[in-house]
Amino acid sequence: MDFDLSKPQKLLKQSAREFLSRECPPERVRAAMATETADDRALFSAAADQGWTALIIPETYGGLGLGVVELAVVAEEMGRACMPGPLFATMCATAAIVHAGTEEQKRRWLEPIAAGEMRATVALGQEFVLDAGVADLVLRFTDRGVEEVDAASIVRTPSIDETRKLYSLGGAAGFSPPGFGGLKPTAPQDVATVALCAEMVGGMQWILDATVEYAKTRQQFGRVIGSFQAIQHQCADMLLLTESARSAMYYAAWAGGALATSIAKAYCSDACREVANRGVQVHGGIGFTWEHDLQLYYRRAKASETMFGDATFHRERIASLIVDPVEVMTPTT
Amino acid sequence: MDLDLTPDEQRFRDEFRAWLKDNVFPAKSHDELKRWQRTLFDGGWAGISWPKQYGGRGATLMQQAIFQEELALADAPHLIGTIGLSLVGPTIIAMGTDEQKSRYLSKILSGEEIWCQGFSEPNAGSDLAALGTRALRDGDDFVVNGQKIWTSFAHIGDWCLLLVRTDFEAPKHKGITCLLVDMHSPGVSVRPLRMMSGDAGFNEVFFENVRVPASQVLGKVNEGWTTAITALMNERANLGTGVQVIFRRNLNALIARARSMNRTADPIVRQKLAQAYLELEILRLNTNRALTSLSKSGVPGPEGSTLKLYWSEMNQRTQQTAQEVLGPHAQLSDFDGGMWQYSYLRARGNTIEAGTSEIQRNIIAERVLGLPKSY
Repeated sequence: MDFDLSKPQKLLKQSAREFLSRECPPERVRAAMATETADDRALFSAAADQGWTALIIPETYGGLGLGVVELAVVAEEMGRACMPGPLFATMCATAAIVHAGTEEQKRRWLEPIAAGEMRATVALGQEFVLDAGVADLVLRFTDRGVEEVDAASIVRTPSIDETRKLYSLGGAAGFSPPGFGGLKPTAPQDVATVALCAEMVGGMQWILDATVEYAKTRQQFGRVIGSFQAIQHQCADMLLLTESARSAMYYAAWAGGALATSIAKAYCSDACREVANRGVQVHGGIGFTWEHDLQLYYRRAKASETMFGDATFHRERIASLIVDPVEVMTPTT
Repeated sequence: MDLDLTPDEQRFRDEFRAWLKDNVFPAKSHDELKRWQRTLFDGGWAGISWPKQYGGRGATLMQQAIFQEELALADAPHLIGTIGLSLVGPTIIAMGTDEQKSRYLSKILSGEEIWCQGFSEPNAGSDLAALGTRALRDGDDFVVNGQKIWTSFAHIGDWCLLLVRTDFEAPKHKGITCLLVDMHSPGVSVRPLRMMSGDAGFNEVFFENVRVPASQVLGKVNEGWTTAITALMNERANLGTGVQVIFRRNLNALIARARSMNRTADPIVRQKLAQAYLELEILRLNTNRALTSLSKSGVPGPEGSTLKLYWSEMNQRTQQTAQEVLGPHAQLSDFDGGMWQYSYLRARGNTIEAGTSEIQRNIIAERVLGLPKSY
């Protein structure tokens, strides 16, 4: 057993980090955020040139034929950079097509997506969809697979995370279920959900790093605040939450399936909010300002918490798998 | 990344599982528990992490984890000689003389001699190096006076790995010596301490002019802190791979109970059971990541602290869930043999024993996050 990234996976992570720290600094995130669509086309194209739209697309459709772990590696770094725009939505839609699309749909859509020529998105439930205003292809899940949505009904809906814009499908008002087609054990949404978890882990890592760095430099009472146990223990908890989320996420990426995915998303949803809260708390007043980049991650954390189902939703899905059957599922090492 | 067992690991699991199937028996009493360890020893399954030359199996970390899991899955009795197997034996192997190795090791493996660990004192808990039990040289002996506390297995212990102060002028870490002490020596007295849970697992131990031959020093005089760290690293390298399976059995029993009491249609109960389940699953995953990292680095790092912090607090939350799901029944001494009352009370100690949560957080802050020392 080897629960660590392989050498090629580590290289992928390294190159993703270098690419994003060069191409996607916070100023560029904020610049995109300030536009109507948060779509930085040059950034999207540069990422596509890195092969990021092609990762999990089979080679027969012009992709790289990599696995969900590789997708998670890149998504984690995207989350760490709080990358704006429709790349993440395109990855989710790609996962939907790869795992639930018909042969005809795959042939039509995957090649242009892999080449970076088509941007796509997939509805998060019956009501909302990310980045639909700039997507060439808007999909939603059905019982049997995916289908295209009529773009005419789509309207922009300003929301908490302005680094990627939310749109309404004009569906029924009221509570919107996450769109897992009930609690089906092999929902094609699982891959997109894992990618989201990976992004959340990356966001948590950024918040943790920024917070520890701040605790090492900010002085009060003549000492750095990181020398106080009250601050240290917050940071230690943030580490534990982040690493536990990472364990759950990479396991889900590797193993797949409803149970592992829902465990990852339930945990990440709670942990991401918790880490963001503690990060702001340790920063104090500066962490609550518009200028500080923490707010970008704080907002993103909240948006991601509910996207593809919040912790409550996923716990119910877990319960349906482990409480209802007479035999309790017992994974072993 | 490959989370499947390797063929070797799978073979190891199959072999031990088959052996357990044929050999495991229920054991509660002292004699039965000793017989259980003897059975493991005879089968070649005692001290599996020890090098082969000392009668062990030279098992990898992953095999050790599998071993612990299989024991728990088979409902095997606990190991009465666990302090010797996991802590004292590896320390004697690392620091002991040839005489010490041949005198003690095989009896640790067979369970013939039970060991306890005399580290904590009433005034030296988290700050272990502040210990005050004194040993003065007198001819060929050391004469020991003082008191230890929270000493598991002392009431049935034959031997004690004892930390004493031998230099009273040196800085606190530099005046400590590690002794191998016969618990049957004149002047040793043991007073069992009952835990809140009713267990009589740990004790106070008093030393009154106890004579210990100087040949019983493990490591070097006044360098006992190094010996202690070696012992504690061995303890932490265990990473608690056994506890997760015990927790798994406990949770499976809770889910089964919740079903039989018709509680599983309640959405709040479902939420809580799912939360307990997912937290336990993440313990397994965190453990496997730590095992991977430890296998690659070869050096026990702070992994033990993060895992301990996680599982101890997790178990307290899960036991609270059990109390809520089962209602007042959970408190009854004769409901499921009192197991829910017991496991709730026992869990209370989890965040204190083997390093409090506060100490674990200090360690994580300093050694993982690089924050300055706070004390």
